Amino acid sequence: MFLEIKDLSVKIENKNILKSLNLSINKGEVHAIMGPNGSGKSTLANVLAGKEDYEILNGEINFKDNDLFDLNIEERAQEGMFLAFQYPVEIPGVNITPFLHSAINSKRKRMNEEEIDNLSFAKLLKSKASDLDINIDMLKRSVNTGFSGGEKKRYEILQMSILNPDLAILDETDSGLDIDALKIVTDGVNKLKSKDNSFLIITHYQKLLDYIKPDYVHVMVDGSIVKSGGSEIASEIEKDGFQKFQ
Amino acid sequence: MNSETLNTLDSYSKNKYKYGFVTEIDEEKPKKGLNEDIIKFISLKKNEPEWMLKWRLKAFSKWKKMKEPKWANLNFPEIDYQNIYYYSAPKGFEKKPKDLSEVDPKLIETYNKLGIPLEEQKVLAGVAVDVVFDSVSVATTYKGELEKLGIIFCSIGEAIQKHPDLIKKYLGSVIPAGDHSFSALNSAVFTDGSFVYIPEGVKCPMELSTYFRINAENTGQFERTLIIADKGSYVSYLEGCTAPKRDDNQLHAANVELIALENAEIKYSTVQNWYPGDEDGKGGIYNFVTKRGLCAGKNSKISWTQVETGSAITWKYPSCILKGDNSIGEFYSVAITNNFQQADTGTKMTHIGKNTKSKIISKGISLGKSQNTYRGEVSFLRKADKARNYTQCDSLLVGNNCGAHTVPYIDSKNNTAVIEHEASTSKINEDQLYYCRQRGLSHEEAVSLIVNGFCKQVLQELPMEFAVEAQKLVSISLEGSVG
Repeated sequence: MFLEIKDLSVKIENKNILKSLNLSINKGEVHAIMGPNGSGKSTLANVLAGKEDYEILNGEINFKDNDLFDLNIEERAQEGMFLAFQYPVEIPGVNITPFLHSAINSKRKRMNEEEIDNLSFAKLLKSKASDLDINIDMLKRSVNTGFSGGEKKRYEILQMSILNPDLAILDETDSGLDIDALKIVTDGVNKLKSKDNSFLIITHYQKLLDYIKPDYVHVMVDGSIVKSGGSEIASEIEKDGFQKFQ
Repeated sequence: MNSETLNTLDSYSKNKYKYGFVTEIDEEKPKKGLNEDIIKFISLKKNEPEWMLKWRLKAFSKWKKMKEPKWANLNFPEIDYQNIYYYSAPKGFEKKPKDLSEVDPKLIETYNKLGIPLEEQKVLAGVAVDVVFDSVSVATTYKGELEKLGIIFCSIGEAIQKHPDLIKKYLGSVIPAGDHSFSALNSAVFTDGSFVYIPEGVKCPMELSTYFRINAENTGQFERTLIIADKGSYVSYLEGCTAPKRDDNQLHAANVELIALENAEIKYSTVQNWYPGDEDGKGGIYNFVTKRGLCAGKNSKISWTQVETGSAITWKYPSCILKGDNSIGEFYSVAITNNFQQADTGTKMTHIGKNTKSKIISKGISLGKSQNTYRGEVSFLRKADKARNYTQCDSLLVGNNCGAHTVPYIDSKNNTAVIEHEASTSKINEDQLYYCRQRGLSHEEAVSLIVNGFCKQVLQELPMEFAVEAQKLVSISLEGSVG
């Protein structure tokens, strides 16, 4: 199993958020999690990425034969986990080139691969950026600083395609995007998709799933997955909302 | 603040100061204490002319009537001026060695350890260095090459003997001995430092640099630097400083005077890394420095860039007097304080001439239990028509026990002056760290990246050869370990 979450319960500040959640993802699969606001979707994404504000009450998570709780945030990232943030944070004065260059090399170091040199990296960055319709001027700016919502999301996908993760978690990446930006973002995901990597897509709306075809759709309500199935579930939700699952 | 951040902060505070070693060398020291005899002793040791001794004694009599300025946001015990050695030199230094073969190998080794090799072929390409060890200048490199252009680059002691006219004209002309108690003290007991004269129309082809090292215990270092850029000339100058780890505080009170004549430009960069004291606040250098530049001629320019990471106490306000019309003054500063360090630093821009411009970019970073204050004064005199100032002060706090303060003073006697002031205070943000780490960067890499990003505007003003070093130094001051 690639990613296996068993009986996971999590709380933050005395509030139980995830309740006995189970989820398994195989290599090469695309999973979507849908759910109303406050159902715990983003918490799940952050617990997977290793954010430290949460208290794990119960359960286990296995990722690529590692006990995920043994790894800290950066070790999980270096093992191939990527989180595209719902609200990417601004880092003034830090340019994406050295930032991502250090990131990719820290991953290569852990995998015992040779580090990538400046020039090859600059080339890689440029070619991936042009694939995503990101102009060179944007690469000269500081990470996320002064970006529009849409720019930030494209920038997340750019980082994802450079770091080429084994498991990419997209936390509401579609929110705040117009239809053109949505297409660019979903194109990026579809290009990256292969039999060797997996995606966990968290979304509120069915729209995104018109562009990225998931193998499985899960409905999350009040901290647990209440229904799993194929993409037909997304259509059900589109029609009737989350009401009938609550 | 989560536990990992606190752990990292804790590791920062276990500061390992790389330059804390002591050189075992026989030193010649007169008795401790400040009096006329010691001043006569210094003057005699330096083989100074009578007028210089008189100048010193006059400054001393002023000092006796003065009290230390107390307006800074600094706490420290009373300085006992009678418990300090005012002169310390490796034995046999009455005459400066003519070349390196006459220098004690222990001294050469000291500077090699500090990464400042004295053999010219090993020195950073394009940088001429004057090195000052306690009270004396040890060696000056590339002298011959500079002399061909008419550039004088030597120790101030040598200049007093060989260029008395320039010294008489300019020494104390920007910082009068009686300006305040530290300038009076320095004027009375200064021992060595650098002297630079760039003749009319000459662009100095290499960086000039002075490296200051305090070695001896209980010894004050009082260096004096004087730089004169004649009409249409240019010079870029850099100073660096380190000291051994000692449990006692040591006093450093330097005076630096710059004079830029018509169309001349002086760029002065400092990387200050004196011993800051240990994690409990024991030891460290008291750094009371007066730096002032005079833009005497039209269209002249003086630019100060400082990276301040060391010293237990930093009291320092590199200033510009913009006298010539259209002259420009700039101040770029990064000050990092950790553990119990205290820094009260900033600048003073005095606009006298018409169309004068000044720019102030200050970045303060506080960690541990340190206090970091920006203090700046921008004043426009009556005749400073259409003068402009832009000030930007940013503070970054790392942790919950440190402080950042901004104290700007503005005084305008001319209503055509334009003043812009921006200030911000931010804390290093958990979300930024989380974001960087999610991309695979370690916690320390992330902090270093964010802080370097915060300082970028200033670091990029440093001469190329030193920008990379400064960046490393910033990271080291954060990590508190040898990089």
